[in-house]
Amino acid sequence: MQESAIRDEEIEILLNDLLELYGYDFTNYSKASIKRRINRLYSLDKFPSFAEFRYHLRNDAPYSKRFVEQITVNVTEMFRDPGFYKALREQVFPHLGTYPFIRIWLAGCSTGEEAYSVAIVLKELNLFDKSLLYATDINPEVLEKAEKGMFPLSQMKQYSENYILSGGKHEFSSYYSANYNLAKFDESLRSKMIFSTHNLVSDHSFNQFQLILCRNVLIYFDKDLQAKVFNLFDQSLENLGFLALGTKETLRFSSIASNFRQLNSEKIWRKV
Amino acid sequence: MAESINKSRIDLLVIGGSAGSLEVILKAFPQLTTDLPFAIILVLHRKQNTDTTLIDLLSAKTKITVIEANEKELIKAGCIYVAPADYHLLIENDHTLSLDYSEKVNFSRPCIDITFQTAAETYKDRLACLLMSGASADGVEGLELVKTLQGITAVQDPKTAEVSYMPQKALDKMEVDYIVETDKVFDFINMLAKSSELTA
Ligand SMILES: C[S@@+](CC[C@H](N)C(=O)[O-])C[C@H]1O[C@@H](n2cnc3c(N)ncnc32)[C@H](O)[C@@H]1O
Repeated sequence: MQESAIRDEEIEILLNDLLELYGYDFTNYSKASIKRRINRLYSLDKFPSFAEFRYHLRNDAPYSKRFVEQITVNVTEMFRDPGFYKALREQVFPHLGTYPFIRIWLAGCSTGEEAYSVAIVLKELNLFDKSLLYATDINPEVLEKAEKGMFPLSQMKQYSENYILSGGKHEFSSYYSANYNLAKFDESLRSKMIFSTHNLVSDHSFNQFQLILCRNVLIYFDKDLQAKVFNLFDQSLENLGFLALGTKETLRFSSIASNFRQLNSEKIWRKV
Repeated sequence: MAESINKSRIDLLVIGGSAGSLEVILKAFPQLTTDLPFAIILVLHRKQNTDTTLIDLLSAKTKITVIEANEKELIKAGCIYVAPADYHLLIENDHTLSLDYSEKVNFSRPCIDITFQTAAETYKDRLACLLMSGASADGVEGLELVKTLQGITAVQDPKTAEVSYMPQKALDKMEVDYIVETDKVFDFINMLAKSSELTA
């Protein structure tokens, strides 16, 4: 293994270019991960030098798109962390069930596995018809995939296990039809989803929600950016609404923490 | 080689292990000196959702604080950090920890190579890395980089490792500073502690 070809100072230069020319601000992302992603892209696209890499980024607008797509991490799963979905099912949605209308924001939804999982739980609790799921991400490419609702068939065994562990009682395969190597999820699930790009760094609050999920996104932000995004969520959440984070993320040290109370073991907080 | 070690002070020891490592670590822990002058990070391949039990198991074996590596946490001497299951653990320049849920590398998450690499690039010669028993090649490339950047490199002796593949793979590719006997892991760590204190 070689030392990273693109060095810290060069990373800063590229991130500044990206901000100046294209308006994407990655300067407050955790450096180690972004450095890994940029170096990965650099070797993937076989650039001979940093200068050439930078030239491409600056002068080739389509390449800037690829750059953004590649430096964000889009890995996701359906019913990832079954215990979390169990808590949604048993401790969160029963509260929301009393509302006439449920608005949910999935921030950093990636390719949509999370949105379809939440939709399935809502269906099973008979809350789906009065729900609306706003699924957003900075990366337009993943949103296009999310809209299709087609995921690799090879994953379904794992997802089905997750689903059952999360308290699902149906046949998981009843939610999709196999199409070659893809599982196409029921169109009706898609009917209550709105997909849109939204950049947590620069875009504003756009609605009031009863539930916001933002999982495995904040681990990529530094503390200042995390604080800013927590404020955005606070503004976008109704009183008594819920905020759900990833297993390794916490609200605990943030300035809005005093407005929230954590549900037992999962990373779910209620605004009080 | 031992000569050069005597003069070196480290701030961080990263231990990477896969199949057959945990037992060895659990045996070593009770005999570790309790005032470690550096931090230890453990990156172990394992099944998902076993985190709390793993921390409990390890804590039971030593008075040293054993905690799960939290994102943004500052690495402190005298503590042992365990990489959580299913995330990569990266080291930032300011010596804080970062978690990353990107693709598996070497079929693994956490991936030992990633932690070795990011540790080497920040700690350089203030780092020691130990690669233990395992059936994977994860960690080998990272260990090479540790060497390039003047860190201390060590492997568990493949002859007595439960699964020799991983440490042997490292030995095939490079010369390491230490080959550590399976029942002498504690000795190796205590020796690092001693030499770090001497040069502190
Ligand atoms: C690791 S995925 C998490 C997907 C899903 N929430 C989960 O936990 O499985 C992180 C997602 O955050 C998105 N993201 C990164 N920076 C963002 C930003 N500034 N605004 C909105 N989304 C962002 C990435 O594009 C990526 O799809």
